[in-house]
Amino acid sequence: MKLLTHNMLTSHVKGVTKGYPLLIKATEVKVNEVDFNPQFVSRMIPKLEWSALVQAADELGQRQDLPGELVPEYENNEEFLKKVHRVLLEVEVIEGCLRCPESGREFPISRGIPNMLLSEDEV
Amino acid sequence: MTSNCRRPEHTAPPDVFYNESEAKKYSQNSRMIEIQTQMSERAVELLNLPEGQPCFLLDVGCGSGLSGDFLSEEGHYWVGVDISTAMLDVALDREVEGDLLVGDMGQGMPFRAGTFDGCISISALQWLCNADKRTHSPPKRLFTFFSTLYSSLSRGSRAVFQLYPENSEQLELITTQAMRAGFGGGMVVDYPNSTKAKKFFLCLFAGVTGALPKGLGAETSDRGVSNQVQYSGQRSRFKNMKGKSAKKGRDWILEKKERRRRQGREVRADTKYTARQRRPHF
Repeated sequence: MKLLTHNMLTSHVKGVTKGYPLLIKATEVKVNEVDFNPQFVSRMIPKLEWSALVQAADELGQRQDLPGELVPEYENNEEFLKKVHRVLLEVEVIEGCLRCPESGREFPISRGIPNMLLSEDEV
Repeated sequence: MTSNCRRPEHTAPPDVFYNESEAKKYSQNSRMIEIQTQMSERAVELLNLPEGQPCFLLDVGCGSGLSGDFLSEEGHYWVGVDISTAMLDVALDREVEGDLLVGDMGQGMPFRAGTFDGCISISALQWLCNADKRTHSPPKRLFTFFSTLYSSLSRGSRAVFQLYPENSEQLELITTQAMRAGFGGGMVVDYPNSTKAKKFFLCLFAGVTGALPKGLGAETSDRGVSNQVQYSGQRSRFKNMKGKSAKKGRDWILEKKERRRRQGREVRADTKYTARQRRPHF
């Protein structure tokens, strides 16, 4: 699971009002090499919840020097975009789980794939 | 997966049907790969994404990633959801580029509002029309799916579903729930007159009205609505897809006579009396 996906994931369990952001408890993390596409990164930044991204990166110990607040005029700031690219697309959680901040319900992650299946009473 | 063969969703629920051996078969079959890629290409065309821009897309029922691979080839980034862990395992082995999730589309899409620039789904939506558990209500599951999908799409984006509808009632059920959830759009049918090439694409618009794209292969432009499915309520529309005429009708008799002529037999000439109903003493 990449952090870009994590930034968009919420708990959709019935009755939960604030199932975002899911807290990450990772036992295995991998950093891959992914082609840098500044256009894509720049387009995704406004869609991100920046604080959730920083928090997730912190939880994985992969934050490095990612700023706590969005840098203005980031479209042409290649250095900044590269940092964001790394955190969004290159850091991957392989094993662990995602924890709902409201209910504590855990979604396991196995082989990099989170399991979001709900039981009948959670629907 | 045509209407000729037994429909897989009548055999077992999708997470049971797509077990390890089926997943392996599915992903190694070159014909399957070719068809899925073609349908993914058409679905992306119907998505009408802005040119030259890498987008963030959702692939519902991504399976082993055949459609996802096409999205990656086009330069897009994607998230895939599927209920079968066996199929997703094959996707991992194939090293697909998209992020994968195990999920049941009938339970809703677990994403923040406005996440995706578009959504495709190849050969998956018909699975939602069957109740695999006693607690399942297909209309409710369809509505849950469409309403959560609607919110997870950014305004102005589209969702395109290639599906194999069993009958027109199923099509209506699906489109009704999609409209209830707020989507605009409708069904696009490619090659409506060919039993083999005919393909159904449910093309939904999130938050913007637009003209429904035209189906391919619709030459009879007189009718003006030739790219839309004519609902007649007749089951026979889907039943006789083998391309042969109905038993004992005039067409069938004429065809049979033609066949026998080709075989070199002596056959009476075709007249206005051919295939006429006789008095019941025969």
